[in-house]
Amino acid sequence: MLSRAADAIYWMNRYVERAENIARFIQVNLHLSLDQPMQMRTDQWAPLVKVTGDYERFVAGNGEATQESVIDFLTFNRDYPNSIISCLDRARENARSVRQIISSEMWQQINTFYLMVAGVHKGIALEVPDDFFARVQMACHTFTGIMSATMSHGEAWHFGRIGAMLERADKTSRILDVKYFILLPQVQDVGTPYDNIQWSALLKSASAFEMYRKRYGRIEPRDVAAFLILDPEFPRSIHYCLLEVERSLHLITGTPSNTFGNEAERSIGRLRSGLVYTDIGEIIDQGLHQFLDGLQAQLNAVNGAVSQSFFPINPTVST
Amino acid sequence: MNFSDYAPGRFYDELIASSGLPREGAALLVDQIGGLPDGDLRRRQEAAELVLLNMGITFNVYGDDAGAEKIMPFDIIPRVVEAHDWARIERGLKQRIQALNLFIDDVYHDKRIIKDGVIPAFVVASASGYREACVGLRPPSGIWCHVTGTDLVRDESGQFYVLEDNLRCPSGVSYVLENRQVLKRTFPQVFGASHVRAIDDYPDRLLQSLRFLAPEHIPSPTVVVLTPGIYNSAYFEHAFLAQQMGVELVEGRDLVVVDNLVMMRTTQGLQRVDVIYRRIDDDFLDPGVFRADSALGVPGLMDVYRAGNVGLANAPGTGVADDKVIYAYVPKMIEFYLQEEVILPNVQTYLCWDDDDRRYVLEHLDELVVKTANESGGYGMLIGPHSTAAEQADFAQRIKADPRNYIAQPTLALSRSPVIVDDHFEGRHVDLRPFILYGEDVYVMPGGLTRVAMRKGSLVVNSSQGGGSKDTWVLATTAQESDHA
Repeated sequence: MLSRAADAIYWMNRYVERAENIARFIQVNLHLSLDQPMQMRTDQWAPLVKVTGDYERFVAGNGEATQESVIDFLTFNRDYPNSIISCLDRARENARSVRQIISSEMWQQINTFYLMVAGVHKGIALEVPDDFFARVQMACHTFTGIMSATMSHGEAWHFGRIGAMLERADKTSRILDVKYFILLPQVQDVGTPYDNIQWSALLKSASAFEMYRKRYGRIEPRDVAAFLILDPEFPRSIHYCLLEVERSLHLITGTPSNTFGNEAERSIGRLRSGLVYTDIGEIIDQGLHQFLDGLQAQLNAVNGAVSQSFFPINPTVST
Repeated sequence: MNFSDYAPGRFYDELIASSGLPREGAALLVDQIGGLPDGDLRRRQEAAELVLLNMGITFNVYGDDAGAEKIMPFDIIPRVVEAHDWARIERGLKQRIQALNLFIDDVYHDKRIIKDGVIPAFVVASASGYREACVGLRPPSGIWCHVTGTDLVRDESGQFYVLEDNLRCPSGVSYVLENRQVLKRTFPQVFGASHVRAIDDYPDRLLQSLRFLAPEHIPSPTVVVLTPGIYNSAYFEHAFLAQQMGVELVEGRDLVVVDNLVMMRTTQGLQRVDVIYRRIDDDFLDPGVFRADSALGVPGLMDVYRAGNVGLANAPGTGVADDKVIYAYVPKMIEFYLQEEVILPNVQTYLCWDDDDRRYVLEHLDELVVKTANESGGYGMLIGPHSTAAEQADFAQRIKADPRNYIAQPTLALSRSPVIVDDHFEGRHVDLRPFILYGEDVYVMPGGLTRVAMRKGSLVVNSSQGGGSKDTWVLATTAQESDHA
């Protein structure tokens, strides 16, 4: 397929995945803040912006992080490239440029989805935010479902899958990184109902609460980290996402697994096998933050390698 | 809502013969619409508009409503063309396209039509679409204009005329196909009972015509659609056609010439392209041959084309026949090349380079429609009866300064068709753009884009000037009906 089209499908899926993650983070935070003592509710919102890695930009333009300012920034701000509306805008423009490759159903879903968010009355959306953010998440899932059910799982589909999985791994690592450090130091709270609510909220931010319960039962910080990083079956754990990226890459190139034919396969293979041969004790001893920081850098490297290997802007022409 | 108080007035109406009385082919439709409960038609119209919005067949609105998107105006009341009318149109268009194709081939080779004094040499040489670089080109099978969209109009007597030939990159066929999809949902019963001829196989036929252009030895040619990109106003159509044909949609930057072959940049490296359905103008095709500042095209493309290693549709240079002065000579071309009588007449045309014609035009500016020879999209026009004295004076200046570049035609009383306006019907002027494919044989799609001047009294149907569209129902003859059964 065309390199430019592969690039567009990759980003279309990344942006949809990003929009879904942001909507989920906001919705979980809304619920969480309702359970908090009144004076602490506002403290809840700055970390959410920190998850995006764009906290400085937020402060410069908005000042204090309140529920209203954060939701507005992350949802409706068109000047902020990672807001939900900006993500959907770019997802749709990417979709538009590959309409001949994606199915009509996919195009219609992304188009109506964008129009829904662009046309919503901000005041009304924020009055019943739960409903609005639930609709955003559901529209993202619908898109992914339609894509799975109406588009051949060939090269183009796998590029989309790689985009979504890299984005998801990145977002899971970020929410874990930010929340873990807010939650851990509060030693006095350990084991209290409040503490439980907080850790549950972290799991819910990754849609992981129910599946975690089935796997571990009791909520323990270590186990939460282990689940979100290392579980090979939960679809939002970092390990799972990397397995999927690797699988899609090898299906695209036809390179046998456990070997590599290009830099993308090499970087993902190295990163993924690192996760297989570690455990949570080792990660925590090393320092969770350092570990996640390194992981995010490696995810960026994979992203760069995928671009280099498949979507070069000016590929060298061999004559 | 019904047609009982709808009056065609002095115009030929496509649906209603005289107050309350439908034309034969529209009887069923008019009857069904009249029988709908109050408000039902309006709901159907809104539902159709929502479908178009969701399909993303929209353009952006600038200014106050920045960011808002609007659909192209679309009216759900179809325009009906009777089988016998269509039979003539079809024969007439086939004749016209063959003559035009012979003309294009002639002007880039022997120039017989000039040597025989039928068309003055300077008229051809000064046509804006004439490309010296195309002299001597030999497109596969001698076919230059593979895809044409010819604009037809009807006067008060109901007679069809050709208003314009579009042989470069005519657009609108995607609207024809999408409008039909919408109307099938809107009026399933009437549609089913009306014996409307199917048009859905157009993408398939287009693909066949394109594959026909491939270099001969290629068993399974790779066809692509070349678009200027997502900001082009016809981008929707480019993507739609590529998707419907199942071929790649490429931009100039996706293509590169290597070893005298056109290649596209894919994730698996470079892959050969055999046929390009290009939706960019000649000027932008190859910066090495045409406009050097073009970033949309592919350097070296014309060399590959000359070597016969890639097919192009339409062939470069076809625009010579798009010139409105050349248009005036098409009836003569038909006689010259085919020795046939013209089936579909031209609208009477005055050529301002001719002294007698120019004198007449300058004296009758308030009655005539003056057009710039090389403009399209409804630009560069003076509609005499709707113009001010200042506008007429301006055009008089322009005509005198550059007579070759202007033509004039009588202001036609274009036919009308009813559209929904709030809670009643009003007549609006329409034209018709059928699409013609020239491959192994000539195919005229039974239908076309009915463009509607949505503003009351307006004669300008172009979408860039606030025009909308309707579905066009070409009715089948009994014989065609049984062919399908």
